[in-house]
Amino acid sequence: MELLITIVLLTFLVAIAIGIIVLRDLLAGVILLGLYSLIAAALFVVMDAVDVAFTEAAVGCGISTILFLGAMSFTKHDQKPRGHDSIVAIVFVVLTGALLIYGTLDMPHYGDPQSPAQTHPELTQHYLYKSPDETGMPNVVTSVLASYRGYDTLGETVVVFTAGIAVLSLLGLIRRRPEEEAPEDAPGDVPTIAADDSERTS
Amino acid sequence: MSILGLYNYWIVIILMMAGLYILIARYNLIKKMIGLGVFQTSIFYLYISLGKVQGGSAPILADGVTVYSNPLPHVLILTAIVVGVATTAVALALIVRIYESYNTIEEDEIKAIEALERDL
Repeated sequence: MELLITIVLLTFLVAIAIGIIVLRDLLAGVILLGLYSLIAAALFVVMDAVDVAFTEAAVGCGISTILFLGAMSFTKHDQKPRGHDSIVAIVFVVLTGALLIYGTLDMPHYGDPQSPAQTHPELTQHYLYKSPDETGMPNVVTSVLASYRGYDTLGETVVVFTAGIAVLSLLGLIRRRPEEEAPEDAPGDVPTIAADDSERTS
Repeated sequence: MSILGLYNYWIVIILMMAGLYILIARYNLIKKMIGLGVFQTSIFYLYISLGKVQGGSAPILADGVTVYSNPLPHVLILTAIVVGVATTAVALALIVRIYESYNTIEEDEIKAIEALERDL
């Protein structure tokens, strides 16, 4: 049953990816990306990663779709994305994919309880069997995230903070600039220059 | 069984390559970001499927459960999802700025405008 759900959802993912490649409409692409994240979140639940699933559903499907829609409202969203379906791109992608598939051939099989990642005594085994005594938390993901790998989470917070500053400095300052000084080479400021000309002629 | 054991990874690689193809072959910058999103989510799937244990349960300790899936990939991917959305936000802000100074978000048109400016 679990295997059947996995195979059906994976087929959905492939269909959505093909849809994103084929469709030229940007809005359809953004909505399909949200759907892609949601189905990936359902697959994470099947694979026991409940914390990842609700983060993916909230952040990947929700916030990132809103960010895309916001960026599209600032740009021309009626424009259809053009592209070249070139032979070089297809060959490159197929070659890379073939190399990656060759690399999976000696990987541990899906769900293998004897794989090195599951049996490592100082990582997985330590987290699973020592964390109740060391942190007192029933959810192992929480205790690893906040305690054992706390510096990772601190770094993540720094990244999010930096990204927030970057977005604010890119978008927050530019809103004032057209009134203060109009850079002459920017096509976006053509209406301002035209207004100046009309003042001069009148 | 040996074919089925690697089936997951192969589908994930096909999805990754779909994202990579959108990144290479589409000119629209927002479309490129959508391709990057597809690529990113596929990598999350790859990591989570590495942590799955057959017959295991979610790594929340409870009485009567003996087999748990690996919590370490879950933690790494939790961090990666949040960092991924932060980089997406910065990229989209850059695209909005590119649109404001070039009046287009098509890569070929931006290159044509830059070539024109270099000639002048």
